[in-house]
Amino acid sequence: MNLTLKIWRQPGPDEKGKFVNYPISDVSPESSFLEMMDVLNEQLIAKGEEPVAFDHDCREGICGMCSMYINGRPHGPDDAITTCQLHMRKFKDGDTITIEPWRAKPFPVIKDLIVDRSSFDEIIQAGGFISVDTGGIPDANAIPIPKLNADLAMDAASCIGCGACVAACKNASAMLFVSAKVSQFALLPQGKIEAKRRVQKMVAKMDELGFGNCTNTYACEAECPKEIKVTNIARMNREFFAAKVRAEK
Amino acid sequence: MGNSLTQSSLTKKYVMAFAGLFLITFLFVHMSINMLVLLPATDTFNIAAHFMGTNILIKVFEVVLFGGFLIHIIYGLILQIQNWMARPNRYKIEGWSHTSPFSKFMIHTAVIIFIFLVIHLGDFYIKAKFLGQVEDVMIGGEAYHNLGALVIAKFQMGIYVIGYIVAILILAFHLHHGFQSGFQSLGLNHTKYTPLIKSLSTLVSIVLAIGYITIPLVIYFGNY
Repeated sequence: MNLTLKIWRQPGPDEKGKFVNYPISDVSPESSFLEMMDVLNEQLIAKGEEPVAFDHDCREGICGMCSMYINGRPHGPDDAITTCQLHMRKFKDGDTITIEPWRAKPFPVIKDLIVDRSSFDEIIQAGGFISVDTGGIPDANAIPIPKLNADLAMDAASCIGCGACVAACKNASAMLFVSAKVSQFALLPQGKIEAKRRVQKMVAKMDELGFGNCTNTYACEAECPKEIKVTNIARMNREFFAAKVRAEK
Repeated sequence: MGNSLTQSSLTKKYVMAFAGLFLITFLFVHMSINMLVLLPATDTFNIAAHFMGTNILIKVFEVVLFGGFLIHIIYGLILQIQNWMARPNRYKIEGWSHTSPFSKFMIHTAVIIFIFLVIHLGDFYIKAKFLGQVEDVMIGGEAYHNLGALVIAKFQMGIYVIGYIVAILILAFHLHHGFQSGFQSLGLNHTKYTPLIKSLSTLVSIVLAIGYITIPLVIYFGNY
């Protein structure tokens, strides 16, 4: 395959970026998108040019590090996968592929295609935890949990925090991420103790960081590599409403 | 209500949803009364319009209604501006994700509906209420504003009919997303009932569109 890559290049956080075209030839349709990027970078290094900086780690779709916005879709033209799971057979010979970083105010560009997603960590720090007693190991079946709740909590917990929901949302809203994190705790007895405080703290942090508001467009659900459902957003809306109504002050 | 700028994003969405769903109930009331203009004599419509303009309960409710509009508009603007600010650098290629139809154009349809609302209020409400530019008609020895004749006169002009139909269709697109979206914002999501609410959203927008559009078409093509 012969392709043209139109890649966002930005030397640093405060420097101006621009798109640069890179022709690339003899790309194997069997290679993954990131392998294709590796080949490009090797060619750039051989020519003495600066390689394209991009995030990646496990390359098997579980770490949430890869983050490219490819031809108008986070993680590229396929459903329920991360960029590292995308293969070049999804493209046609002669295609021009436009690759951009996630775009959101709370995700500033660090370099080229790498953005700073530590705002997600700040949201987790605001309330994404539970308190447990230290001491002896409790019996695993001491607290009965309905199967449905266990399943829903597990589904919510499968969020890898990649930020595709924010990248896809026309409002750069983090509602799918935050609601998944709120839900995974709210659904389980262990998470109920801090539930009211948690949802308020995490929403307040999300707003403070400058993420947009949810308009129920559901681009987040369509692009989530882990297929997190927008029903989590509704659950968070309920949790928050109940917490606010019952709050003492 | 607190400061709308410091309220959380979720609180603002609750307010949007409540105001929006309330405004939809008003659209049904308005449509029902509008239908009366199609009766052979416009007397019933004029009496109904008179009742709506003078009854003390309705007058109180009128303030609530204007409040609903104002809140929905102001909150909508605040939310939209925050949404634009959340992505200062836009994508070169965007919008290829699958999304719920019409949901991406809520601010655009809203602006058109707002312009229509201003024209609409100027044509009827303000003329009758403040400017006294609507002629009177005697019904049973009492004087009523002949709003029925005004509606019929307007809808005999092709440009009015087309403008009105376009505005109502855009309103229907706005409601198609808005109605079911309001429930999601309020956290009212359920595996059993959400599909029903989504179907109801389509039904509400279609019924309102057909109801409102019938009136100018019947007047334009009928003998009035």
